[in-house]
Amino acid sequence: MKDFPFTESKDTRSGFGAGLAELGKTNPNVVALCADLTGSLKMDAFKKEFPDRFFQVGIAEANMMGVAAGLTIGGKIPFTGTFANFSTGRVYDQIRQSIAYSGKNVKICASHAGLTLGEDGATHQILEDLGMMKMLPGMTVINPCDYNQTKAATLAIADYEGPVYLRFGRPVVPNFTPADQKFEIGKAWLMNEGTDVSIFATGHLVWKAVLAGKLLAEKGINAEIINIHTIKPLDAEAILASARKTRCVVTAEEHQMNGGLGDSIAQLLACEEPLPLEMVAVHDSFGESGTPDQLMEKYGLMEADIVRGVEAVMKRKK
Amino acid sequence: MTDTTAKTVEKPEKSIEELQHIATQVRRDIVRMVHAVNSGHPGGSLGCTDLLVALYFKVMKHTPEPFDMDGKDQDLFFLSNGHISAALYSVLARSGYFPISELATFRKLDSRLQGHPTTHEGLPGIRIASGSLGQGLSVACGAAQAKKLNGDKQRVFVLMGDGELEEGQNWEAAMYAAHHKIDNLIGIVDRNGQQIDGPTEVVGGLGDLRAKFEAFGWHVVEGDGNHYDALLMALENAVAAAGKARPVMFIMDTKMGFGVDFMMDGHKWHGVAPNDAQLATALDELKTGTEGDY
Repeated sequence: MKDFPFTESKDTRSGFGAGLAELGKTNPNVVALCADLTGSLKMDAFKKEFPDRFFQVGIAEANMMGVAAGLTIGGKIPFTGTFANFSTGRVYDQIRQSIAYSGKNVKICASHAGLTLGEDGATHQILEDLGMMKMLPGMTVINPCDYNQTKAATLAIADYEGPVYLRFGRPVVPNFTPADQKFEIGKAWLMNEGTDVSIFATGHLVWKAVLAGKLLAEKGINAEIINIHTIKPLDAEAILASARKTRCVVTAEEHQMNGGLGDSIAQLLACEEPLPLEMVAVHDSFGESGTPDQLMEKYGLMEADIVRGVEAVMKRKK
Repeated sequence: MTDTTAKTVEKPEKSIEELQHIATQVRRDIVRMVHAVNSGHPGGSLGCTDLLVALYFKVMKHTPEPFDMDGKDQDLFFLSNGHISAALYSVLARSGYFPISELATFRKLDSRLQGHPTTHEGLPGIRIASGSLGQGLSVACGAAQAKKLNGDKQRVFVLMGDGELEEGQNWEAAMYAAHHKIDNLIGIVDRNGQQIDGPTEVVGGLGDLRAKFEAFGWHVVEGDGNHYDALLMALENAVAAAGKARPVMFIMDTKMGFGVDFMMDGHKWHGVAPNDAQLATALDELKTGTEGDY
């Protein structure tokens, strides 16, 4: 099992903030909108340096999505910022009609996704956002795993023409991917080559997959670990190549099983290469208050859960 | 009439008589289009015809061809009440955005003229999809702010139905536009007092729209939307009020179905197409326009 040393832990939302601030300097068409969560989204640096290109919208997310769509008419590249819950479910029809169907170049940047939002509880812990966004025709859906990857993704989506949903989170997590990485939308990242099982993970679960890989190595299981930062378009080629090699698959994500990464991979495998599959995800349940670690443990999203998934799926392997 | 694709911006000083002539032709298009597919929304379309003709043939500076999505240095128009698409399509075609003959494809399979306007099929003149109500004012705010960032002095117009003001997003946008002093934005409310389930004051209770928009920080203009002398004066007043640190709202009194007697007064013709006999009656009332039917 390859080692992934890291010297610091950081929140992915700060990676977004750093990327946005850099875009402010490098791309004059980038503008930012925020719905009264500038600090939480780490948009302060952009706001301070580029006040004319920052639009405080207030607690009015529906309006924010429409204003963002309008700003594209005139060549602007709007980045909207609010929590993932208010970036998707609250404004689904605004995104659907004014952004996705209209083909507008809006970047919907969503923080505090999933259970790791923590103590605020289920009203804010959205676990359905990937599903809602990936169902929209033409929408690109990205869920990076750490600070560096979130920053790289933020930079990359500015150069991509079309609507994007970029999902990140609140907690401080290991920053283990390279600072100088080039982020390729839709390109899976093979982190560890293996032969016994393919683990496809996204977002915060990528680090859990790395930890699981170490535990599995101690048990003599050689896991292939692939970072699926782009849920749509899905890198079907890389996923099928790995699955055909290892003959069994585990998916891991901080999202409902319905509509998430596992759901996308299950569709792919069912149509192209039916193979045993276990999904580490939330099982048709809302979250609740608690610390991020407590919640990840209670809802079965830890490295131990990935290990259990691997052991179960390997028993089904033919 | 054969296809005509306009090549240049049309900015002649149209007389009221000329505008009325075009409006009559547009009304003929509307009733024929909805009749042909036995679906669509003639009532609001007929009621807003005079406004759309005034905007596209007299008030706005715009370049039909080549169509530029960004519309730099042009006035932009957004239709929030997308169901009156027949009126917009006719006005766009007749001002040169696409061939007039294409009006015959309205609401048919593989057409660029979808039931509600969309950018998805690449129809020139359309810059946003609309139909799900209440979203146009926000989009217009953004487009107006992009103009300000670009140093573009032209204006953004957006038409809304009165019934759609029941959607809360409009009031988010109304607060936003005033707060951000979006003074290159001119909103227009089609105050016909009708919506699908009946009069707006029975269904939704819109109340005093002037007082509401003024309380939100807008400059409000009121006027008749179906008679050109009053309509042009109101639009002139609205344009004159722009650029003064406040957004402008023109609350435009219209009659749903205006121009076709049996379609006026009431909400019956909001979303119903005329049958053959009714079409004949309507066309009899609408004298042939300048360019002829598609």
